[in-house]
Amino acid sequence: MTDLAATDPLPKPKRDFLPALLPIILALAVLPLIGSGSSWVTLTVASLAMGMMIFIMASGLTLVFGLMDVLNFGHGAFIAVGAYVATLVLLPLAGWVQADSLLVNLAVLAPAALLAMAVSGALGLVVERVLILPVYGQHLKQILMTTGGLIVAEQALYALWGPQIIPLPLPTSLRGSFIIGDVAIAKYRLLAMLVGLVVFLAVQLVLNRTKIGLLIRAGVENREMVEALGYRIRQLFLGVFMVGSALAGFGGIMWALYREQVHASMGNDLTVLIFIVVIIGGLGSIGGCFIGALLVAMVANYGGFLVPKLALVSNILLMVAVLMWRPRGLYAVTSR
Amino acid sequence: MILSGDPPRSRVLAVLLVVIVATLALVPLLFPGAKAMNVATKICIFAALVASYDLLLGYTGSVSFAHTMFYGIGSYSIAIALYSMGPNWAAVATGVAAGLPLAMLLALAIGLFSLRVAAIFFAMITLAVASAFQVLASQLSWLTGGEDGRSFQLPELLRPGTVLIPKSVLGFDFNGRTLTYYLVFAGCVAMILALLRVVNSPFGRVLQAIRENRFRAEALGFRTVFHLTYANCLAAVVAASAGMLNALWLRYAGPDTSLSFSIMLDILLMVVIGGMGTMYGAIVGAAIFILAQNYLQALMNVASEAAASAGLPLLPGLLHPDRWLLWLGLLFIASVYFFPTGIVGRLRAGALK
Repeated sequence: MTDLAATDPLPKPKRDFLPALLPIILALAVLPLIGSGSSWVTLTVASLAMGMMIFIMASGLTLVFGLMDVLNFGHGAFIAVGAYVATLVLLPLAGWVQADSLLVNLAVLAPAALLAMAVSGALGLVVERVLILPVYGQHLKQILMTTGGLIVAEQALYALWGPQIIPLPLPTSLRGSFIIGDVAIAKYRLLAMLVGLVVFLAVQLVLNRTKIGLLIRAGVENREMVEALGYRIRQLFLGVFMVGSALAGFGGIMWALYREQVHASMGNDLTVLIFIVVIIGGLGSIGGCFIGALLVAMVANYGGFLVPKLALVSNILLMVAVLMWRPRGLYAVTSR
Repeated sequence: MILSGDPPRSRVLAVLLVVIVATLALVPLLFPGAKAMNVATKICIFAALVASYDLLLGYTGSVSFAHTMFYGIGSYSIAIALYSMGPNWAAVATGVAAGLPLAMLLALAIGLFSLRVAAIFFAMITLAVASAFQVLASQLSWLTGGEDGRSFQLPELLRPGTVLIPKSVLGFDFNGRTLTYYLVFAGCVAMILALLRVVNSPFGRVLQAIRENRFRAEALGFRTVFHLTYANCLAAVVAASAGMLNALWLRYAGPDTSLSFSIMLDILLMVVIGGMGTMYGAIVGAAIFILAQNYLQALMNVASEAAASAGLPLLPGLLHPDRWLLWLGLLFIASVYFFPTGIVGRLRAGALK
């Protein structure tokens, strides 16, 4: 311990840059393996786009856990609900979606996204009150309850919309790709990257620059202390849960447009991916979640290109490697 | 003695168990139809599978989503061995000799790995590993037959055509199929009794201590890591054995019958409905769940059609037999919430009054 005079500024917390550099290191490391520069750019853009979408879906989950120690196995349901609700707007207005004008396309995408976020956020409110509140503080029951919620949500979607896959074509102006030299970059991937980046910055801004964000970060680190200071952390948590659900619903539309189809099983499929991302990043850490999402997407894309057979288990291998290095995830925020 | 000093402790429960076991033992005599036999076999196999899951969920308190993976390993090892080596007993022995160690090693690996990380990751990691395994099984089609799975022939002795005791002696045909049924039945009874022995041994007591308070168990000097991993491997071996019996009965192993996530949900439901941490709950839960699954769905079909003909909106879709999981999910949430101790817990609590 070094002695500090009362007037000295507090020592700055050590910045841990190594995990943040991982995606860049990984991208550069595979460059010689891939050989062709143009396919490397295409793959990198694809992984960034995919990573951003996964981040949007996973960010809510990691905060929900970090803040209140709640394991939500039903997070995937919000993703599927968001995608289905979006079809309510996008399919009747198919004419607008097919119109060859970016403005008209966005005029139909924006309300679809808002509606999806509103509905999944409202569903989040219901789920928090009905499923999570009664079993608060009991992990085993939380897992069981939210798993039950996931089943019910998936089956309800089947019952309401039918079991078939709903095709969801991309808006016309977002189809195709920009060609720069011999590099092709799909327009939608660019949009997904931009949107993901905006969401990431917005979340960071809220967490680091506002009073609510300060409370959330404080709550993640030490819940009792925030409560002792007189803040109603339950209300805060409810808010975070709803925003997280809304973001998952938003990610659901992005993903559905990316795949150009909607199916109730997508929530279930993505749950596994999201869990891996959240574990890699460290539960409760937004930055870790962001890096984890990028890593997962990169490993999936590069791996799929280089060793297609390996791509099936690449996520697991990544998770094993990261956890061997840092058993509590890249950025361990919580003391739990 | 045979129940390891852990009797049902409720008269109703004891009667229920005796009725279930006796009915299962006499199924070939009472209901010789193919459907009844299938249902009875499924109850036996799932009772053992759910009991092994109860060892994890109910006694150590850790949620694993990889249990179907071990079940699938058992199924596939028998199927692949019999498919590639032909219908003989050497193939069955090979399948057993390959499947059980594989399941155990995988359980050991998962256990040791997830013990290195925070305990809370266990459920998530098992989910991830299980889904990767499922993809792997459907992609390695040269080995597993992909989505189609593997059908195979049984050894001569177990085939339906082999009549062992003619009808004139016992009043029903004791053929190879009946013998297979009794093989499954005996295997499952043995596994459940063995598990009952395990949970009532000092080892089982330590598991419960870990469930209640891991730190205290550790402070008392028990190596919790060893105990948890051991329980994990034990459950995996039993699950794989149940999978083997399932493959022998179905003469088939495929992703839908042995690996799918819906089987995992079924197991969870049976454990919770029957009663966590009781072992007897596995038998009761499996029997009730599978009977309901097979006979209630028909009822739902009738109700759905009635609702459709009455012109009610939405109801036909909600009551469609394929939506059976919807109602099950609601039942599941309700039972976790209102009856966390399940049927067995309720009956025992009732007997104490």
